[in-house]
Amino acid sequence: MNARSRVEVLLELADDELILGWRDSEWTGIAPLLEEDVAFSSIAQNEIGHARALYELAARELGTDADALAFDRAPDEYRCAPLVELRRLEWARTIARHWLYETADEIRLAVLKASDDPEVAGLAAKIDREEAYHRMHAEMWIDRLLATEEGTTRLREAIDELWPYALGVLDGELRLQLVERVRGRLPFDLPEVEPVTRGQHTEELRELWDEMTEVRRSAPTGAQW
Amino acid sequence: MVSAEAVWDALAEIPDPEIPVISLVDLGVIQSVDVGERVHVRFTPTFLGCPALEVMKHALEEKIAELGAEPEIEVVLDDSWSTDRITAVGREKLRAAGFAPPAPREATAPRLVQLQTDAFRCPYCGSTETKLENIFGPTPCRLLRYCTSCRQPFEQFKTI
Repeated sequence: MNARSRVEVLLELADDELILGWRDSEWTGIAPLLEEDVAFSSIAQNEIGHARALYELAARELGTDADALAFDRAPDEYRCAPLVELRRLEWARTIARHWLYETADEIRLAVLKASDDPEVAGLAAKIDREEAYHRMHAEMWIDRLLATEEGTTRLREAIDELWPYALGVLDGELRLQLVERVRGRLPFDLPEVEPVTRGQHTEELRELWDEMTEVRRSAPTGAQW
Repeated sequence: MVSAEAVWDALAEIPDPEIPVISLVDLGVIQSVDVGERVHVRFTPTFLGCPALEVMKHALEEKIAELGAEPEIEVVLDDSWSTDRITAVGREKLRAAGFAPPAPREATAPRLVQLQTDAFRCPYCGSTETKLENIFGPTPCRLLRYCTSCRQPFEQFKTI
């Protein structure tokens, strides 16, 4: 991560959290269980809160504001990993994506918490306190799925499909840590695949962006909300 | 010039926007008050996604303006707020309103097994025969528990 500038690191994390938060919020009102409706709505709210705080730090350096970073860039300018862009309205895949992302995010946050930049380290520590609850939730689901044959099969199918995307969330040494953790947790082998890395975008991001920025784009520049 | 003590007293009158039984001072989100040319308040969010953040910030500004001073609110985006900063008075107010106060922060992040097995007291009947229902709740700061003694679901503050 050291090769990237501070702003780039902040925007990668912020964009991941914003887009994933948006995807999680798509479960509000329609999750298969009421408890999960509450959980995914709450997780979405947290992720978007993290994005806002990260954008604020980046915005100070760039001389802009958090809303401009969140909504005024073109889809290709977002730095999010393709994993968070995918629209997966199928429960096993949603859970697999949630767990893969939280596992990768924990590895990345551990590095940022140890940063010698006090603002980055402080905010990463704050975010990590909240993410601990997301990880608990994701782990609970992995236990639940692995407890039955059907659950294991469905988790495996979802992981097989998402694994190239999960690999693309991190790179270098951190990617290797991710592989080790995921391999240590699952009772089945992971497919040998090439990562779908950051910098490429799916068509699904474009559709999400159209919806996410529609209200802001409909108002005159400089409108106060 | 207004005194720092007068500012603290005024801020202690601002209710939490979501749980009005407790004030922003009870909640421990005011880190410091420095009176100079302006009244500089360092304020820490509870959860970063808390929608009450902006409301709290405006309430702080209004209250300081009422004292005839110019407010300057600095939002501190680090790990310095913890649920351990909720005052003893604040914790008692929460309990009386039916919210179980948070467990103390530990060196490591809370784990699921602790939430499932540790003794958490029901704010209604005082029993520790309670179980975890959901690690998420109606707001980011709360989770859901159920008391098997008095058969009452209740909300527990998450440890942060």
